[in-house]
This record gives sequence, structure tokens and C-alpha cells, in this order.
Amino acid sequence: MAEEAAATTSAASNFEVDLGHLMAYDPSHHVAAVICNRAELREECLQKATDLAQAVADVLFALPPNEDRDGPIVRLPPPTTRLPREKHLPKPKPPTKWEQFAKMKGITKHKKNKREWDEQTQSWKRTYGYDRVNDDRDIPIIEAKATDEPGVDPFAQRKEEKKKRVEKQDKNRLENLKRAAKVGALPSHIQLAAKALPITGIKADLPKKSRKEDLESVAGMASTATASGGKFDEKLPGEKPPKHPGKHRKFLPVVEGKGIGNQEKQQYDKVLNSLLSKHSEDQLDVGKASSKIHTLY
Amino acid sequence: MVAAIRVPRSQRAKRELLKHAPKLVETGKKTLILHGTKTSAVLNSVLSDIYHLKRDNAVKYTKKNDNIRPFESGGETSLEFFSLKTDCSLIVYGSHSKKRPNNLILGRTYDHHIYDLVEVGVENYKSMESFVYDKKLAPKLGSKPFFAFIGEHFETSEELKHLKEVMLDLFKGEVVENLNLAGVDRIYVCTAISPTSVYMTHCSLRLKRSGTSIPRMELVEVGPSMDLVVRRHRLPVESLKKEAMKTADPAKKMKNVTKDPVHGKLGKVYMPDQEVGKLTLSNDIKGLKRERREAKKNKEHSKKQKVNPE
Repeated sequence: MAEEAAATTSAASNFEVDLGHLMAYDPSHHVAAVICNRAELREECLQKATDLAQAVADVLFALPPNEDRDGPIVRLPPPTTRLPREKHLPKPKPPTKWEQFAKMKGITKHKKNKREWDEQTQSWKRTYGYDRVNDDRDIPIIEAKATDEPGVDPFAQRKEEKKKRVEKQDKNRLENLKRAAKVGALPSHIQLAAKALPITGIKADLPKKSRKEDLESVAGMASTATASGGKFDEKLPGEKPPKHPGKHRKFLPVVEGKGIGNQEKQQYDKVLNSLLSKHSEDQLDVGKASSKIHTLY
Repeated sequence: MVAAIRVPRSQRAKRELLKHAPKLVETGKKTLILHGTKTSAVLNSVLSDIYHLKRDNAVKYTKKNDNIRPFESGGETSLEFFSLKTDCSLIVYGSHSKKRPNNLILGRTYDHHIYDLVEVGVENYKSMESFVYDKKLAPKLGSKPFFAFIGEHFETSEELKHLKEVMLDLFKGEVVENLNLAGVDRIYVCTAISPTSVYMTHCSLRLKRSGTSIPRMELVEVGPSMDLVVRRHRLPVESLKKEAMKTADPAKKMKNVTKDPVHGKLGKVYMPDQEVGKLTLSNDIKGLKRERREAKKNKEHSKKQKVNPE
């Protein structure tokens, strides 16, 4: 027994154990050059692997465990075998134009409250966003000043100014993102897609390019627009059968069957009832009623 | 052309895209399993077995791919696109031809570009289904595996050295810091039988009582098992390897902080020059506020008045 233990420890010292990957490697073992029997090879491998697994377990189970509800949990050391990364290290985002300016001027960020007191409505309101303090919607009156030009709507002007500010901010954001993209620090959920410039002199909204489905449906329609419904026509290469072949209209049985019963009668009754209840004081216009029935079916 | 900002329309889509972002510390790689125009029954089975072993973190494509030839220039574009699309960086590609029967290409990508490739032929394959064992011993999905590499060729032979690293990367599963000892249940055994071939098998681990705190390990073969014969292999470019091996800087040692057994955590604080002379004065300074000063004065005044009648 003691000899056996000594043998295993001496063998274990030859193993390279990487606990981070739970890996053991035996560089000394040499498999016999010619192995006639596959079963023999398997036996030998499993025997050796058991030793190696034991070598890993000896180190692993000796680590101080943290008792958890699901079982003992150990902290693994970092692996010694280094493996390549999947993606590059995240790159730091370059400072925006404003951040550069603020740094130069020594302007520091300070937190604002999320809610502020609104004098207009005498209530607490959001600092930013919908239903905020100083919302344009809440201003009923803008007092005229001596400098005001006649004929200018101050409300429309305010709206226009706001729009311009938003546009400017959008432009700045785009510029900042472009600079971030240059160093490969674009946030992964944002894409900068190329957008074609509107061509001057041509209508802005050009006719939409026909999609594949449109073309297919047109081709299908054209191929079935013969007396035989396209049955004897030669098919073009890649042509698909029409999307909705077959019946579009459904006729109820004329004779009352067992299951369906008098469905047709019920349907007509329904239509008549609705017509009569709506215009109960009017006389029934037979022509109109029949046209309604036709459109319904 | 001008650029337009495109952002996902829903928060869920945004979260999904943010998962693709490069991380400081990576937790695991996803595997893409696909095949060429022709595969043999053996290879189909091998690919599905690999998919079953890695089902928690793998994508399997079932369509034929006729334009993937990873070792040839121009033949990797489609593969790199799939890697980008599925966010996978481990690739298992199977193909079968007269020249290279039962061909399996194991590859890795870095930044969605091919990093390295190993081509192996599969021989003497035994599928997972063909092994008969007590199903209670079947390894759980996603458990952290052990690895046993046996044989000197893993060090002496260039191909096998490479294959060893790729196999380790392919099957190692999630990178974890904390391991539940109750969840230890599988081992991959790789034996180098010649300078180019490896006998690989997958076993379940049984932890038997040994009388000490360290259990006695017992292996039960659960499959698949196969011989992998290395055919072609392409090592990573040295510069790319250097780039890919970069790791996040470990947290810097905190300066001026010491630990003392008696006093506990101790810190030294150095005050920089306050430069009071350079301080810009603005109207925001509290002490300059007139209302406050007046309010204070009034308060004192009223206090005095209150005191007097008593």
C-alpha cells in the first residue's frame, strides 16, 4: 500500500497540472509504437487518464472550499496555459468635442435634480424630457417686447429655435461618433450607415424600387392570365407558382345539408336585420340592399 | 455620401448587440458547426456529437456551403461572415472528399478573422449512441470538463502541440473563477499515438469515497471516441498572436494603503497645495450670499428679542 502511494506521488510529480483549465498533461508517457489491439489502447489510455484525473482532483479538492447550498465551491487559480482572446480589448472612447472644451476651461459636471419646481404651472416637473419644466406647451402668453418684429409668431419662432438646437446636437453627436469610429471605439449597438445624398433637380421621393416579392407576384399573375389559367404555358426558369391559387369565393350549399343547416338563410337574415334595424323608418331600397349583399359575398 | 446613425429599435435588440461588444475579461467562446457540400455519415455524426457536447454554447448550420475553403485565400470570407453573424469564434467545419475523407477543420477566429486552423481526419469513430452505460452517469450540459493529455508527442510534434491548444480552447467551456465541486463530472482524454495522430475520447467522472476528503476518480467512457489524424495546419501570424494574447491589466496595487494586524487598513493621505491665492471667486460662493447672511442676522435678532422678555 505504501509502495503504491509512493509510486503515485512520484508519477504525479511528473504530471503538468494546469488547475485553471482543470488540465493535466503527462509528457513522459510513451504509447507503444505498434498497438495491435484497439481495446488494449483504450484500456491503457483510460488507466493513464484516471491517474491524471486523480492528479487534478488531488489539487482541486485540496483547495479551501466555500460551503454553498448547491455544494462546496472553490476558487480556481488563473490558468497557466494562455489562450488567445476572441476579440480585441475594448478601446477607450475618445472625449467628445464638448468634453475637450470643458476640460480646457475647467468646467466640471455637476448633478442636477431630476425634478424641478415649475413656476408656470406651480408644480414639480421633470428637468428634461416630456412634460418638463418650461415646456413650450405650458406657455399661454409670451409678452411682446419693443424689439419684436411685427408679423412674427413668437410661438412658431420658439418652436423653430428648439428644432434648430436639436438638429445641431444631432450633428455634433454624429461628428463625435465618427471620431470614435475612426479609433474603433464605436459602441457596438450603434452603426454608422452610409446615406445617399438627395440629388438636386430630381424629385426627392423617387419611385420605390420593386421588390422581389412584387416581381414574383406580377410574374405569377401574368402567367395565369390565359384562357387555361397558365396550365399549358411553359414555365420560365425560376418562376414560382402564384401565391394564392385556387378559390377566392366560397358558396354555401343550396340544399340544406345535415351539418351546415340553413347557414345561407341565417346570413341573409343577419344582413336584412341589420339593414332594417338601421333604417327602420325608411322604406327598404331593394336595389341598395341587393348591392350590399353582393359586396358582402 | 453622408453617414447616418443607426441604432436598434428595441431595448432587447440593443441588449443583444451589446453582448457582441468586446469585453475586458472574456467568459467563453461560442462555437459554429457547419459542413461543406459533401459530408459522410461518419462526419455528420461527428458534427452532431460535437454539437451535443457543446449545445449550451454552439450554433449548428445544416445547409451545404460550397464556397468555404478555409486554407485557401478567398475561401475564408464566407466563414468569417458567419463568424460575425453568429458571434462565434470557434469553428468546426466538416467536409468529405476523395482526397481528404472525413475531414474536420478546427479553427479559431480573432476579431472575426481566421486566427489559426488545424485540419484533422476522423478515423475509428464511435458515436455517443454506441456507448452503453448507466445514464445516471451522463455528464450534465455545460459542466466544466477535466482534460488529460497523454504522450510526449504533444510537446515534440508541432502539429500536436497546436492541436492540443485548439482542443483545449474548443472543449474547455465557460471560463470560471469559482467552481462547484459537486458539478465535476466529465473528462476529455487525448492520447498521442503517433507524431500526427491522437486518440480522443470523452469519459464521465465518478467520484468515489476514498476515506479522505479527496475522492477517488473513476472513469466511465461515454463517447464519442475517435482518432484524429492531423493533415494540414496553419499557425497564427506572430503579430496577430501577440495582439490576441493581450489580457486586461490586473488591478493596480493601491498606493499609500497598508494593512496592519492591529489597526487594520491604514492609508496615508498627502494633501496637495491648496492654491488659495489662485482661487477664482464667483457669486456662487455660499458665504457671499446676501440672503443667507441677512437671514442669519435676523435669526440672531429674533433670538435676542426672545431672550429679553424672559
